[in-house]
Amino acid sequence: MRDVAVIGVGVTKFGELWNKSFREIGIEAGIKAIADANLTGAEVDGVFVGNMSAGRFVNQQHIDALIADYSGLSTNNVPAVRVEAGGASGGVAFRQAVMAVASGMHDVVLAAGAEKMTDLDDVSGNAILDSTADAEWEASMGVTFPSLHAMIANRMIHDGIATREEIASFAVNSHAHGALNPNAQFRKAVPIETVLRSGPVASPLGVFDCAPISDGAAAVVICPLEKAKEYTDSYVKVSAVCQASDTLALFQREDITTYGATVAASRRAYEIAGIGPSDISVAEVHDNYTVSGIMALQDLGFFERGKAGKAVLEGQVALGNKLAINTSGGLKARGHPIGATGVAQIVELAEQLRGSADKRQVENAKYGLAQSVGGMGSAVTVSILEAI
Amino acid sequence: MASVAKEWREIPGRYNLEGSKCPCCGKVYFPKRNMCPVCRRESIGKMENYDLCRKGTVYSYSIVYDAPDFADKLKPYAVAMVETDDGVRISSQLVDVDINEVRIGMRVSAVLRKISSDGPGGIIRYGFKFVPEE
Repeated sequence: MRDVAVIGVGVTKFGELWNKSFREIGIEAGIKAIADANLTGAEVDGVFVGNMSAGRFVNQQHIDALIADYSGLSTNNVPAVRVEAGGASGGVAFRQAVMAVASGMHDVVLAAGAEKMTDLDDVSGNAILDSTADAEWEASMGVTFPSLHAMIANRMIHDGIATREEIASFAVNSHAHGALNPNAQFRKAVPIETVLRSGPVASPLGVFDCAPISDGAAAVVICPLEKAKEYTDSYVKVSAVCQASDTLALFQREDITTYGATVAASRRAYEIAGIGPSDISVAEVHDNYTVSGIMALQDLGFFERGKAGKAVLEGQVALGNKLAINTSGGLKARGHPIGATGVAQIVELAEQLRGSADKRQVENAKYGLAQSVGGMGSAVTVSILEAI
Repeated sequence: MASVAKEWREIPGRYNLEGSKCPCCGKVYFPKRNMCPVCRRESIGKMENYDLCRKGTVYSYSIVYDAPDFADKLKPYAVAMVETDDGVRISSQLVDVDINEVRIGMRVSAVLRKISSDGPGGIIRYGFKFVPEE
């Protein structure tokens, strides 16, 4: 297997992009990434696109062909693949792209992710999100996606793993960082009172515990590490990209306060990269809900079970600490256009590790980690990137 | 609208809480599985139907304020993950209860209720919900 490098990144603004269609945002990120890698586009020999549900959000299936066409890659007949894994669609698309290059099947590959969510009303959009859990035995019974996370939160609180305030504080951290990200959907720091007093969605979680409905796209260009220098001086190494699965329904888990797939994927990733959690300086975790963020910090090995919430509440994962979490603003503040999210995390890590993260810059970061989650932790990717 | 067959074939699980029991290791699954994920091919073709105990304990819960279309008139409503007395967990709504009184550990039992309907001309779907134990 060949080592792989990220040689270019691109991201659109995330948010309610009323004046842009799915195909416009989809190609905007790709064009930026190709330009960032100093390519013309002719070098690209494969495309992987993470997208959860264009079929239901904008009534367009076959978006792999659409993206290849509108980004000008179909004139070269470049193969394009759409990847769906619920909320982990972007993370899995990145992994598929890395495997394609590592194996030698492809040389220069575009790994992208896109979602256009605001063309549909909220209730219909929420029903799509609900269907990433078990549609037959959770969603169709009235057990919504937020309520599944709320049940994790209530069990965590009951078991003494985290308090309501500690869980809420995850949004405070994400918003503080989002304020520094020009592409974030929400660029405003919020106090914890705002999170705790926000309107209820599924108790104990309120509006500010939940990532928003967003439009957006992100893309990275990857190639073999040994060829990276031919294109650019600012590239980062992909040290590991691992994926794990778990039951589709949350109720079939022995313990609902941990995602076994995050634990499995991260342990494998650390082993392959030859490092441990303490070597990570910057991490992007999947805070689709505040409680997911707290769980991630424990499952990834950054904090012991029962310690993560306290650390977040005390500001220990904000910029300027040994470990900075969700410097992009995370899903909560940067926004969460589902298929784009996992790729946007890789964009943020690459910016951090090559020193182009501007006001969000983590000093001397050597390793960055991204965790992308589909459904109730039924698919998880963990990627580790390394500064060169 | 969903076809009648899509709903009809799920009736044993939805009405009677019928799951599967692995004859090799004795583990019970809900919903039904054709294969035990632990015993795998040993269990293929041998899984037995098993009706879950209809009484159990709330393992976790939430009060839903942001509801799907079909449950809009019910909001706010309680959902719960219930551990039945045979140790199997399932999720559904918790009804006939003061939403302020729902607690982890409370005793509940399964009842058959209307879950949703496919508009005025479509089929009505029934299934299990939970109520506080008498």
